[in-house]
Amino acid sequence: MYRSHILVCGGTGCTSSGSERIITAFEKELAATGLTQEVKVIKTGCFGLCALGPVVVVYPEGAFYSQVKPEDIPEIVEEHLIKGRIVKRLLYSETVEDNAVKSLNETDFYKKQVRVALRNCGVINPEDINEYIAYDGYMALGKVLTEMTPEQVIQTILDSGLRGRGGGGFPTGRKWSFAAAQPKGQKYVCCNADEGDPGAFMDRSVLEGDPHVVIEAMAIAGYAIGASQGYIYVRAEYPIAVKRLQIAIGQAREMGLLGKDILGTGFDFDLDIRLGAGAFVCGEETALMTSIEGHRGEPRPRPPFPAVKGLFGKPTVLNNVETYANIPRIILNGADWFRSMGTEKSKGTKVFALGGKIHNTGLVEVPMGTTLREIVEEIGGGIPNGKKFKAAQTGGPSGGCIPAEHLDIPVDYDNLIAIGSMMGSGGLIVMDEDTCMVDIAKFFLEFTVDESCGKCTPCRIGTKRLYELLDKITKGKATMDDLDKLEKLCYHIKENALCGLGQTAPNPVLSTLKYFRDEYIAHIVDKKCPAGVCKALLTVQILPDKCKGCTICARNCPTGAITGKVKEPHVIDPDKCVKCGVCIEKCRFGAIVKK
Amino acid sequence: MKSLAELQALRDQMKNKIGIRHDSDTNIRVVVGMATCGIAAGARPVLQAFTEEVAKRNLTHVSVQQTGCIGICQYEPVVEVYAPDQEKVTYVKVTPEMVPTIVTNHIVNGTPVTEYTIGASGK
Repeated sequence: MYRSHILVCGGTGCTSSGSERIITAFEKELAATGLTQEVKVIKTGCFGLCALGPVVVVYPEGAFYSQVKPEDIPEIVEEHLIKGRIVKRLLYSETVEDNAVKSLNETDFYKKQVRVALRNCGVINPEDINEYIAYDGYMALGKVLTEMTPEQVIQTILDSGLRGRGGGGFPTGRKWSFAAAQPKGQKYVCCNADEGDPGAFMDRSVLEGDPHVVIEAMAIAGYAIGASQGYIYVRAEYPIAVKRLQIAIGQAREMGLLGKDILGTGFDFDLDIRLGAGAFVCGEETALMTSIEGHRGEPRPRPPFPAVKGLFGKPTVLNNVETYANIPRIILNGADWFRSMGTEKSKGTKVFALGGKIHNTGLVEVPMGTTLREIVEEIGGGIPNGKKFKAAQTGGPSGGCIPAEHLDIPVDYDNLIAIGSMMGSGGLIVMDEDTCMVDIAKFFLEFTVDESCGKCTPCRIGTKRLYELLDKITKGKATMDDLDKLEKLCYHIKENALCGLGQTAPNPVLSTLKYFRDEYIAHIVDKKCPAGVCKALLTVQILPDKCKGCTICARNCPTGAITGKVKEPHVIDPDKCVKCGVCIEKCRFGAIVKK
Repeated sequence: MKSLAELQALRDQMKNKIGIRHDSDTNIRVVVGMATCGIAAGARPVLQAFTEEVAKRNLTHVSVQQTGCIGICQYEPVVEVYAPDQEKVTYVKVTPEMVPTIVTNHIVNGTPVTEYTIGASGK
């Protein structure tokens, strides 16, 4: 029995900010002070506040320490663990109010969150199946196997209104019922953990923080559709997630929660991991299954849908990690509980990965229908440096931008599509006034061009041409005719590409065109980039009336483009200037501007 | 694991081990004074005795914590018990031998052990 538990985040975010060293430091310090028998150190999954990592929580007090450094550990042990005095200077500042310590759940970041898919992340040790079991782990599987028929399971999922969290939003129960309706025989359950959208990391965090929930849910799906084998397709770029999944599968097998005759009910189910090699297209369901089969990951036309003819030509259910993470709770708490959250057509909660120009970079889970404003301004803590919100990008390369005028729409599948974006897997990149929307569209197209598998022409050649047009615009060489061409090509690709990725690839262009057409026109007609991003359209100038002739800019210019005499206004030679902006940073008088 | 009952038994057993990771208003807090004075007077074995006793009885709603000096150093080791809707009870000059009685009578059955409290000690 331990009187105190120290939870140290072992997610990818905190691991890269050094949480392993924190754990080692705690273990060393606890050994030195003879507390090893009293205090337990536990490595958990992601707490969500990645911007403030490494994160350490000490129970029973629930003290939430952020940005902890190895040098701080002796103080935490000496003060908090020996003398019982919480080290206030290291507490997450939001949890300290009027010199009193608040519960973490009362902070702006957490109080609007409802954690269903992430409920165990940052709470349990993901490498210990016992901790998962302590939080009712595998009880849903037990309930399904002993009390419910496969039909009842599917009906519960249908009633819950759960829709696919990978982005498409197809009702999960319907998918399962199609696969279940196929004749008996070999069927498969697959998990899509090939999270490839730039800026999305919720699936990674679930796998790292709570791998057993996915295993349990896949076994439930197996029971529901009559499958005895499952595959988790996870990208090799997630080494921590892969390792924890392997450990989790091993432990589940050892306990008899995977394998033959699970819980003595006669139900057999086992799982294997397949690693993706980093191709974005393998997140598309047909390409993913082709890749599991051992072929080159390329999509194929649908129908036939995977539920009819999927992996190895057999009926297959393929769901995303976050979708699975909801299943055990729905089984245990009932469909009505899940339906009580969310909007009319989007039930439950959604995890968003907040990134970009925002204070609290990290992972948040909110009920569907929460407004973008609540997510960005309240939970996310707003935009740093007093800048203005310009747009939020959702859905990655398949999604679009949401401008400030739509900040108050309740976020759900249908509302986002209605305004020209999409839920996607839940990446949410916030952009401020310094972001150029043409440049953003170009960034996503560059990604799609790189990642296009090349099987169909509209995507392989079309996205390349789209990129070239955008490049032309950002360089100030485009005409208004090019803008028309750009738009036409977008619709052409949308209608003709083979798979979902190609069909949605033009979305970043279309949505920025819809809301920020004036920026495109400014690039084309005025040859200006309003946000001051596109280098070809910028000149860096010294304002003669403000320049004091201190020479600091000239001394720092890497290309020697600045000349002038001491105490006289300097000038920049536009031919030599590479617009790196160093002089602007160095000038103490605000005399250098980008125009 | 061969049955659901086995899984449930394991869950109940494991639940006890993670009980302290919940903030709950219904928890009883046992707070041991662990400043220099407390430690010098032998607070550590007392703290350990409480942790062991609480574990032995599977009291998941009880958390054992430490605090600093509350200013009555001559009475250390001092242990305060905070139960919801009850006034705080302060035990003084606590020894590990007294711990099982405090846990049984006070924490489990709700009757403070008057003879160990600060009120009794002055008399």
